Amino acid sequence: MELSFQTVMSQVMLGLNNGVFYAILSLGLAVIFGLLNIVNFAHGALYMLGAYVALLGFTSLGPLIGMPDFHLNYWAALIVAPLVVGAVGIVIEKTMLSRLYKFDHLYGLLLTFGLALIIQGVFTNFFNVSGDPYEAKPEILNGAVNLGFMMFPKYRLWVICISLLVCFGTWYVIERTKLGSFLRAGTENPELVKAFGVNVPLMITLTYGYGVALAAFAGVLAAPIYSVSPVMGSEMIITVFAVVVIGGMGSIMGSIITGLLLGMVEGFTKVVYAPASSTVIFLIMVVVLLVKPAGLFGRES
Amino acid sequence: MSKSLWIILVVVGLVAPFIVYPVFMMKLLCFALFACAFNLLLGYTGLLSFGHAAFFGGASYVTGYLVKTGGLTPELGILGGTLFAALLGYLVGSLAIRRQGIYFAMITLALAQIVYFIALKAPFTGGEDGLQGIPRGKLFGMIDLGQTYSIGGSPVALNLYYFIFALFCLGFWVIYRTINSPFGQVLKAIRENEPRAVSLGYKVERFKLMAFVISAALAGMAGSMKSLVFQLASLTDVSWHTSGEVVLMTLLGGVGTVLGPLVGAFTVITLQSELSSVGSWITVIIGVTFVVCVLLFRRGFVGELGRLLKKSL
Amino acid sequence: MKNLFSKVALSVAVVALTSGMAGAEAKGVSDNVVKIGVLTDMSGVYSTLGGKGTQVGVEMAVKDFGGKVLGKPIQVIGADHQNKADIASAKAREWFDNEKVDMITGLLNSGCALAVQKLGGEKKKITMNTGAASTALTNEACTPYSIHYVYDTYALGKVTAEAVVPAGGKSWYFLTADYAFGHSLEANTSKFVTKLGGKILGSVRHPLSTADFSSYLLQAQSSGSQIIGLANAGGDTTNAIKQAREFGIDKKGQKLVGLLIFDTDIKSLGLNVAQGMQFTSGFYWDRDKATRDFAKRYYAIHKAMPTMDQAGAYSATMNYLKAIKAAGTDDPDAVMAKLKSMDVSDFFAVNGKIRADGRMVHDMYLMEVKKPAESKGEWDILKIVKTVPAADAFMPLSESTCSQVKK
Repeated sequence: MELSFQTVMSQVMLGLNNGVFYAILSLGLAVIFGLLNIVNFAHGALYMLGAYVALLGFTSLGPLIGMPDFHLNYWAALIVAPLVVGAVGIVIEKTMLSRLYKFDHLYGLLLTFGLALIIQGVFTNFFNVSGDPYEAKPEILNGAVNLGFMMFPKYRLWVICISLLVCFGTWYVIERTKLGSFLRAGTENPELVKAFGVNVPLMITLTYGYGVALAAFAGVLAAPIYSVSPVMGSEMIITVFAVVVIGGMGSIMGSIITGLLLGMVEGFTKVVYAPASSTVIFLIMVVVLLVKPAGLFGRES
Repeated sequence: MSKSLWIILVVVGLVAPFIVYPVFMMKLLCFALFACAFNLLLGYTGLLSFGHAAFFGGASYVTGYLVKTGGLTPELGILGGTLFAALLGYLVGSLAIRRQGIYFAMITLALAQIVYFIALKAPFTGGEDGLQGIPRGKLFGMIDLGQTYSIGGSPVALNLYYFIFALFCLGFWVIYRTINSPFGQVLKAIRENEPRAVSLGYKVERFKLMAFVISAALAGMAGSMKSLVFQLASLTDVSWHTSGEVVLMTLLGGVGTVLGPLVGAFTVITLQSELSSVGSWITVIIGVTFVVCVLLFRRGFVGELGRLLKKSL
Repeated sequence: MKNLFSKVALSVAVVALTSGMAGAEAKGVSDNVVKIGVLTDMSGVYSTLGGKGTQVGVEMAVKDFGGKVLGKPIQVIGADHQNKADIASAKAREWFDNEKVDMITGLLNSGCALAVQKLGGEKKKITMNTGAASTALTNEACTPYSIHYVYDTYALGKVTAEAVVPAGGKSWYFLTADYAFGHSLEANTSKFVTKLGGKILGSVRHPLSTADFSSYLLQAQSSGSQIIGLANAGGDTTNAIKQAREFGIDKKGQKLVGLLIFDTDIKSLGLNVAQGMQFTSGFYWDRDKATRDFAKRYYAIHKAMPTMDQAGAYSATMNYLKAIKAAGTDDPDAVMAKLKSMDVSDFFAVNGKIRADGRMVHDMYLMEVKKPAESKGEWDILKIVKTVPAADAFMPLSESTCSQVKK
């Protein structure tokens, strides 16, 4: 394929569209990792769960509560799904993860891996692996905008904007507010923060809840673009892990920027040599590891 | 381990094909060896690799290719697969051991994913179809591994079974010797206290890399064996689910025990085959096993038993 | 220890005994049961067009046949191969070795079909493929025990290309599912497009069950071709068509042509989106009285009209049982000889014949999706534009590279 401006820009725009999903998911992982030192393998499954909350809220909730005409609409789902999944996260943290802090951090990884299998397995049993369409996309986001070089669907544009807002909002809260300073201090020295009268276990629980709520939010955003399927998370999560390794685990801004950039690099690769597009992130990871083992934005331990 | 236990194991292995479905038995042997190889790394060196499927599956593709397209005899095919896995282990290991703990796990996982994509895209791997119709061939050019004998009315590839069993014993023996050698003692020292091992003057990185290569090579041998048994190398073998499965087998049986991975592999493979009728509930059951294992008995079956008997198994 | 030894000795004796007997198998029905296995995609991207519905077809055939053949019961078992060749092959091996399964049908997904068919060849077990499409099944991969029943990529590519190219669709770009089936469909269609004076501008391959086609569609768009050929199936085809609309591709004059489309796909797209599309099929439920009668009975059980795979599984099973009855045994060699010599004629197959390469040739149909205004009911979605006689639709026997064809 020829390297016309139009082609390159179109693919890079689509790449950015994928990139915001990488960013929002790796941000959630980074927030969790920063405070809990756990790599949350269940992140992909919870992203999928978010999408299903939206889907089921739209199709099945009404009949279930005896109001067949009730449909949880898209805007409500954007708030409800993260809350539901956040609550699930809080339960997971309280009942399971919190028992493991005194052991090797690897057990946290293994536990969340098991949880990912459970959640994915349950949904595979009840839903079609090839996915169900989520048809609650609001009317106002239908159609496409002419960007000059391509027709870009309005919905995707909305996804890019709102995701960037959420990402940078999260960054602002953690890096620039008092609440965030407790969080960061808790990462450095939990004992000291406790001495200041901060309820550290509660902080940890809420952080995990927020991290997975971000994943659910991304899930709702993804639902109208991709079909909602039980495997949507497991396909995504490994790539996001690579993004996190490249960015350096625990760096908030690092995870956002790396996510966006890698999405665009992936899009660009599709123009140059399409078969490499699914590997390019992993190849970049190898190079980064050789040059800077702690990741682009990570600190050397 | 006591001598009688060894004898029982060997005898069970020898008579097994007359009692249980031999393909099941061979699958079990392949995964048991895979888990034992993995345990050498996790249990005796303290490194959690989340990308061991790359060696298992990668070698099964190489063996399949060598035997099918290259026309090599099965033993050479397996040798080729094993060497490939060792080489790959050297490359992955050199990159990964620069970091520790959770970073190590993530890096191995991501590198294994590259192998997955190569298996998906390379011209000789058959893409989504996998490498099909791998011939079992003639061992040393003489013994036909495809030869079946009728046992109770069902055809059984006895030659193949005993070949696989012999390879398993060889691999198991190598692991056992490694653990109980001075080299194995150093590995355990690294696992217990890495800074101390460094201060004692050991070149820790070299020991870790060595252990990684041995583990990768044996995992590869297990994968090569599997490709002959099922006459197929497929993407499932290189996917991260397989990497996760071998972690589960080892964890369930008992990390850092000689017999643990055998018990773990037996449990998981039996579960999978007995419960295949429940479809994807099997994933849920495996997930629950994982969670229960991590939360309640991190020593695994054999580890807990050993604690009760106050004996190292 | 002594006990164990005696057990080994006993087992060895058993081996010796049974292997001696193996050659002297009597005529009649082996193991006193005829067992049919339905191995197909029960949960994945193809499960709506095949899946449980295929098993329903097989079970209906067994029931209609009377549940017994040569006085012995007929059993049907089903399993999900999840579109993975390794699972398909392991399951089939277990069925052949341990479950005494005599014939396997269904086999959607060419990758899985090739693996199982090869195994069937080695184990001397019949495979009657109703789901998969690759022409490899009746060429380089054919066995003395394989039958390819419903359709293949040669027929799909030929009939569709002969309709589209003369109507002005001269330049093509393919979106191809990246496995045996997609490759085969792309290759076969390309051949006829070029032969008819058209041009192939390129192709892009996507993995099976892709969620986001946007970047592939953009590549197709920038190729500037008149036709975007969809060499994929099921959920992949419907996703690609929906997303092409999202990016306004159809508005810019490029036309999407689905090369393999099932009734269930049209249902999922809706007539509004799909109207006017032409494609090739081996069966339509509303063709004549016989198909309608069958479809009505089928609908009562499955709550959906049968696709060509599902109706084909009924017909394949029925004819398999007839062949057993005629041969007086379920011995695979005898049954295959009967199948290849008898005429296949029922509601499903018109002018059907199973050739030496295992290809069941029968009339194929060029279909068109009705406009919403033309549709009189939920399943009234297609009309037959043209009936293509068996001899014109399928690859001539003389071109087959199958080792079973005597030249």
